[in-house]
Amino acid sequence: MDSATSDRAALQATADNGLKIVVVGGFGVGKTTMVRSVSEIRPLNTEETMTRAGEAVDHLDGVQSKTSTTVAFDFGRISLDERSVLYLFGAPGQERFWFLWDRLFSGTLGAVVLVDTRRLADSWYAIDRLEHHGTPFIVACNDFGGPLHTEQQIREALDLSDDVPLVECDARDRSSSKYVLITLVEHLHALSQGNASATSAARPEITPEKTPEPTS
Amino acid sequence: MTRRRPGRDDAPDRLYTLTGGRSRSGSDAFDLVTLVVSECEPAPGMQSEHVTILRMCTRPTAVVEIAASLGLPVSIVRIMLSDLLDTGRISARHPRTARVADRLPDPDILEQVLVGLRNL
Ligand SMILES: Nc1nc2c(ncn2[C@@H]2O[C@H](COP(=O)(O)OP(=O)(O)OP(=O)(O)O)[C@@H](O)[C@H]2O)c(=O)[nH]1
Ligand SMILES: [Mg+2]
Repeated sequence: MDSATSDRAALQATADNGLKIVVVGGFGVGKTTMVRSVSEIRPLNTEETMTRAGEAVDHLDGVQSKTSTTVAFDFGRISLDERSVLYLFGAPGQERFWFLWDRLFSGTLGAVVLVDTRRLADSWYAIDRLEHHGTPFIVACNDFGGPLHTEQQIREALDLSDDVPLVECDARDRSSSKYVLITLVEHLHALSQGNASATSAARPEITPEKTPEPTS
Repeated sequence: MTRRRPGRDDAPDRLYTLTGGRSRSGSDAFDLVTLVVSECEPAPGMQSEHVTILRMCTRPTAVVEIAASLGLPVSIVRIMLSDLLDTGRISARHPRTARVADRLPDPDILEQVLVGLRNL
């Protein structure tokens, strides 16, 4: 019973700030693989139970009579420094789960939408929802050896605006997954600098890879 | 708001016992990544889940890790944690970056995250 706790690497006693990034994507697209390849602990699995009166639960097939529903998700962890710990959550992107994420992932820094180019339509809903919520995200195409697409083809298929970074990755590879996360955080940083440019001084040591176009 | 069946695989009775039948009120303060720290030793007669939590949290431990380790839904764990917090047996280090709708995270925090990721 204690096996889960005994091989668990403890955080430093000074850790006091938990941060969140979500990896979202269709079934079998590599979410758990990506979490595992960068996490300092073996990915753990847990579940959240949600109670919601009315419409959201009614959409769930065959659970009309229940007042609650349960969704499983996995997560990993990266200790960033003596105080900050980044948690990565792998979350299914299917439509019927999204009302759960609204609560589960509030306060998330941003999201990685993991995409299999053979099944681009699987990620439409997740992208839609993130845009709707104003959660910043990037898109990472996981290489499953599918037919080659140009960046432009993928952007068109996903109806993705030019200011959302699009990268290729191999979720099994640690440095590739790390690069995906860095791309996301650089994107967030560029966005926050844009928003806060009136109040905060520029930080020359951080060079965002992509600067978003000003929206016209 | 009634919540008769908080967990799918657990008997409602067991979850009722764990939480004293309380609902979620007060436990909302616990984020998935709130770090919990024990403020006391487990005492004889304590509920076994409380003992496990106090043992795990001698070092800071995120709510979501506690839930995974106990094999209980996060919502149930939040309720147990608010009991422990109310009685001073744990303390909670909440995330400093709670993102309000339409507000981006603080650039300083993001820079720290970048430094940490690049050092991986
Ligand atoms: N070729 C290739 N295979 C991958 C890659 N990433 C993951 N896989 C494989 O794809 C399969 C599914 O990966 P998972 O990480 O379990 O995917 P998931 O998104 O967590 O799946 P669900 O949680 O079931 O939705 C596994 O067999 C992985 O080894 C990749 O970048 N390239
Ligand atoms: Mg998975």
